[in-house]
Amino acid sequence: MRRRAFLVTGIVLVAVVLAVALLSLFWTPFPAADTTGGRLEGPGAHHLLGTDKLGRDLLTRLMIGARIAVAVGAGAVALGALLGGAAGLLAAFANRWLDDSLAALLDILIAFPTLLLAMLVVAARGASLASAIVAIGLAMSAIVARLTRVLAKRVLAMDYVTAARTSGVSWPRIVWAHVLPNIWPTLAVNLALQFGLAVLAEASLSYLGLGPPPPNASWGRLLQEAQSTVLTAPVGAIAPGVLLVVLVVGVNLLADGLRDVADPTRRRHR
Amino acid sequence: MSLLSVSDLSILLKSGEGQPIVDRISFALEPGQRLGLIGESGSGKSLTTLAVTGLLPPGLRATGSVLLDGTQVIGARDRTLDRVRGHAAAVVFQEPSTALDPLMRLGKQIAEPLRRHRGLRGAALRSAVAAALDEVALPTRVAGAYPHEVSGGQRQRAAIAMALACRPKLLIADEPTTALDVTVQAEVLALLDRLAAAHDMALLFVSHDLAVIGKVTDEVLVLSQGRAVRTGPLAEVLSNPGDDYTRSLVASARRLDAALDLTPEVSDDSRGA
Ligand SMILES: Nc1ncnc2c1ncn2[C@@H]1O[C@H](COP(=O)(O)OP(=O)(O)OP(=O)(O)O)[C@@H](O)[C@H]1O
Ligand SMILES: [Mg+2]
Repeated sequence: MRRRAFLVTGIVLVAVVLAVALLSLFWTPFPAADTTGGRLEGPGAHHLLGTDKLGRDLLTRLMIGARIAVAVGAGAVALGALLGGAAGLLAAFANRWLDDSLAALLDILIAFPTLLLAMLVVAARGASLASAIVAIGLAMSAIVARLTRVLAKRVLAMDYVTAARTSGVSWPRIVWAHVLPNIWPTLAVNLALQFGLAVLAEASLSYLGLGPPPPNASWGRLLQEAQSTVLTAPVGAIAPGVLLVVLVVGVNLLADGLRDVADPTRRRHR
Repeated sequence: MSLLSVSDLSILLKSGEGQPIVDRISFALEPGQRLGLIGESGSGKSLTTLAVTGLLPPGLRATGSVLLDGTQVIGARDRTLDRVRGHAAAVVFQEPSTALDPLMRLGKQIAEPLRRHRGLRGAALRSAVAAALDEVALPTRVAGAYPHEVSGGQRQRAAIAMALACRPKLLIADEPTTALDVTVQAEVLALLDRLAAAHDMALLFVSHDLAVIGKVTDEVLVLSQGRAVRTGPLAEVLSNPGDDYTRSLVASARRLDAALDLTPEVSDDSRGA
């Protein structure tokens, strides 16, 4: 089946980036701050993908970039899911007045550009990996909250919830047994997509120089640094771009495949 | 003491706008007794049943008095009601597709109330689930199926098994057969009738169809636009409809009965009900 192929492709692409990110924790061809290579060397036996303007090994920098991309994606998704999920559930249970206020607040937060929010956070906390995660995670939590609120409300209006209430099941138990399992498939797919968006957002931040500081450069910064030399050393600009695309396309395919796995009513065979 | 005693129940919008949706209705149910609640769409039948268990949707409020198994439901806190619910009352709804959690296997859904109310675990729980399925004439293998993998009639049977699992004193059935086709409808009605009698349960049965109500109960309360327009034994209501709405209900029930009895050669005769 075509869907199956997409899912497998997604898993493979994401797994490759994950493996590279993990590997970079233990081993890179050169130390991150090593500048012993020649300036803007092309790909060769010594430096597999060549070097940058300062003589740093490009492969090393790409591997560290993968680690940063995965860390930001995972961190922002965790923050967004926890904060947004809690706020969304709260709104779904709140009385009319609180619910309306929360909904209005979320709409404002969502309308607020992520990059602008990120710049505010960076201005307040300084540029770092943690700042990027907090900024992107905060922006994401508004989107997750809005989605959670709508999904949870829909489940709460179902007869099986009323039937459970009639037979004396408590609210926390209903959230655990009925609401979370029923909103999870849609939420998980959305979170996977948000992971991709978070990676892109971090690349934009770094491109603007607001990401984690050197020498642990992210792909966004690599792109920005390679911009001026794209004609003489194209690999430096192409490689981070390709990796960015691989990861983002990978999580999107994965998200799509996940939809079918998580929801038994969409499975054809049992 | 009555199992359920409703007096002057009104349901209004919290905002206070407009007419009451349900306007000062009163009725009572003794243990084991049955009452049919009948009325056109939008007359307030479902809201009445929800008010009885204290589960009105947000935005609506009830006034008057509802005594369910000795507990005042109106104005009561959730905590108080959670203790009464389950033992006192359970519901079966109209749409079998929304009455069951689509992501939970049927066996698990039936096991939930058994676990909570009867404290069953492990093998005892599994055999209780099998017994519950057997009681509603479902094969044991249904326990492993998701709701979308069984038929509408089977889903409704599973919902009934769930409702009965707590051994409630009152079963509220809100148009439990409307979404089913006629033969399945008759089977489910017979099942409800048999189980209510077997467990000595009181039954509050909602329908907009006198012919259906006649299969399970002898007492009816006719609702029209939120008001109780008639109440009494079904036979009396049938022979002496009184108001216009009840008269039209009786006429349509007669037509339906006639249609079911008709032989092919007279089927185009309207019989002038
Ligand atoms: N949550 C709500 N908020 C405001 N009004 C409501 C709400 N739910 C129902 N109503 C109104 O209350 C009236 C009675 O609704 P109810 O569901 O009790 O009708 P019903 O007799 O069960 O009809 P049906 O036979 O179609 O199920 C309807 O006019 C409906 O518009
Ligand atoms: Mg109704």
